Amino acid sequence: MLTKKHLVLLASAGVVTLAGTSTANAATLEDTVERGAVQCGVSDGLPGFSAPDGDGNWQGLDVDVCRAVAAAVLGDADAVNYISLNAVERFTALQSGEVDVLSRNTTWTTTRDTTLGLNFAGVNFYDGIGFMVSRDLGISGADELDGAAICIQTGTTTELNVADYFRANDMQFDPIVFDTSEQTVGGFQAGRCDVLTSDTSQLAALRIQLDDPEGAVILPDIISKEPLGPVVRQGDDTWFNIVKWSLFAMLNAEEYGVTSENVDDMTSSENPDIARLLGQDGNYGEGMGLEADWAYNIISQVGNYAESFERNVGMGSPLEIERGANALWNQGGFQYAPPIR
Amino acid sequence: MIHNQTMINQRPAPTNTIGPLAWLRANLFSGPINTLFTLIGLYVLYLLVVPTIQWAFINADWTGTTREDCSREGACWVFVKARFSQFMYGLYPRDEVWRANIVFAGFFALIAWLAIPRMPFKRWVAVLALVGFPVAAYVLLHGGYFDLPRVPTHRWGGLMLTLLLASVGMIGALPIGIVLALGRRSNMPIVKSFCVIFIEFWRGVPLITVLFMASVMLPLFLPSGISVDRLVRALIGLTLFQSAYMAEVIRGGLQAIPKGQEEAAAALGMTYWKRMGLIVMPQALKMMIPGIVNTFISLFKDTTLVMIIGLFDLLGIVQAALSDSNWLGFSIEGYVFAAFVFWIFCFSMSRYSQYLERKLNTGHKH
Repeated sequence: MLTKKHLVLLASAGVVTLAGTSTANAATLEDTVERGAVQCGVSDGLPGFSAPDGDGNWQGLDVDVCRAVAAAVLGDADAVNYISLNAVERFTALQSGEVDVLSRNTTWTTTRDTTLGLNFAGVNFYDGIGFMVSRDLGISGADELDGAAICIQTGTTTELNVADYFRANDMQFDPIVFDTSEQTVGGFQAGRCDVLTSDTSQLAALRIQLDDPEGAVILPDIISKEPLGPVVRQGDDTWFNIVKWSLFAMLNAEEYGVTSENVDDMTSSENPDIARLLGQDGNYGEGMGLEADWAYNIISQVGNYAESFERNVGMGSPLEIERGANALWNQGGFQYAPPIR
Repeated sequence: MIHNQTMINQRPAPTNTIGPLAWLRANLFSGPINTLFTLIGLYVLYLLVVPTIQWAFINADWTGTTREDCSREGACWVFVKARFSQFMYGLYPRDEVWRANIVFAGFFALIAWLAIPRMPFKRWVAVLALVGFPVAAYVLLHGGYFDLPRVPTHRWGGLMLTLLLASVGMIGALPIGIVLALGRRSNMPIVKSFCVIFIEFWRGVPLITVLFMASVMLPLFLPSGISVDRLVRALIGLTLFQSAYMAEVIRGGLQAIPKGQEEAAAALGMTYWKRMGLIVMPQALKMMIPGIVNTFISLFKDTTLVMIIGLFDLLGIVQAALSDSNWLGFSIEGYVFAAFVFWIFCFSMSRYSQYLERKLNTGHKH
């Protein structure tokens, strides 16, 4: 009898817990407005994506997503509480309601999207495994790497993906594995290998740490798909829409040429796309429970996608990552936002 | 007969048996093998020390504000200088740093007062340090009262957070540890088994597991809408973990007190708490100083583990600063600085404990 009673108790506790996590904070927008700040989960330090600057302010491409959401919802891009999360606890923090947006270089995969009770709200960076080679070798593409010695950080999916790529293309390579990224850079620098491989977003950061960054080039080839994007909880579609369209607003702004510099002039633009984006022609924020100037706030305070990219990871930053796959759809990249109408 | 002989005046020892030269001969060059080892040792020391000094001081860059001021020939302390206030206060808002400074000043003033033997009113200062100061520090740091703007705990960090974690852990673990140690020696079966289970559980799991449990699992068990601050979670985990270790250190001290002491006190009609508080504990605690300080030092260093749950203690904030794309590649300088700060604190604790031992004459040297 006692055990049966215990089982029932345990089961009901479990149900309560599960129900609690899946429906936690169905009204994220109201909670956020009441709190006056967006709870945003970021990494504990990834160059160009989220890292505190000298004044203690968070900076980066992922951070700008948090800022865009705060600008859209609260009209103030600085109204963000940044919670730094490691790779293991990031999903729990989102499920338990500790953060409302997870913007932490998280790869969009089937498992994560379908089994964790989470929704991916778009892609703010198309990442993938790339190669860095010494400039002296004169190599221009990944297909010329047959027989190369490659420095890899061990225990990462990179190791497996690189092996897959070389097998699929019927090429040989000689893996030289290291424990940490610093050792990998050291190995490359010391000439232990011809090629250093990692995610392209991190290759740039590794390149800076070389004694002579100019002596190394990052090849344009990307051999795996790692779409990184912001994540929200399932079950609150309004909030999902807000995060999704905050990102789309930045992309649309770039497409229409609206920047943080010219956004005030653009409010009088005759272009109907721009007028709709900036809330001059109807209120497209209404469906999300936002004011008509939601996108105006994002663009004026955070900037469009190009500005954010260049400032944090692109040519305006020490990382100097090419736009590549992250260019707009009409400029040879994948970044495409549905129209605002 | 002897009295008639003139005494020979005392003469100084032969010059080759005193002084630094003799010391060198006796200790370093007392034979061919020792001479060889000394020379090898000196050579190894030369190989280690000279490049270190060159790197850390002679070739180092001290002035400037940006990465461009680093020559890269030696250490670039510009990085540490540029980030110094962040290493001290974490992401605490710059305009509010004066509040953290007051807490720092109060913290060190109280410790100095309690540590220096000549200072009066020790008892009242101790009460102030244990009761008044934590409340005042919380009000000042967290804000939200007396028109002070609120600074949420996720902005706390750096050395401030390290000291906070360590002192709360120490102050919390000692009394809990004493109670657990007494409970484990108790004759009452329920109390005893509770204490045994508690101690063995917390000693049986690694601190990383405790912190992970507190930060990853606990939120899932709590009802929705209720979230316990992650700093509080870490503090509770750290305190409970350390109190189990403290309990065993204290139990070791209690066992060293002869049973006759307690029996004699009982014969005088003292109650249990009087026997413990007046007779056993004062003798036991005195002997446990090395063990307790050992636990404190290890706790101080263990606080760096909170880094894995996303709290920016001193080491965590150094690592976060290293990932600023403007300062990539200065990890050695950052880690050396963190190690130096930790060394200062741990070494001071160990010196103070040695002083305390001498003062209380715990070695029973007569």
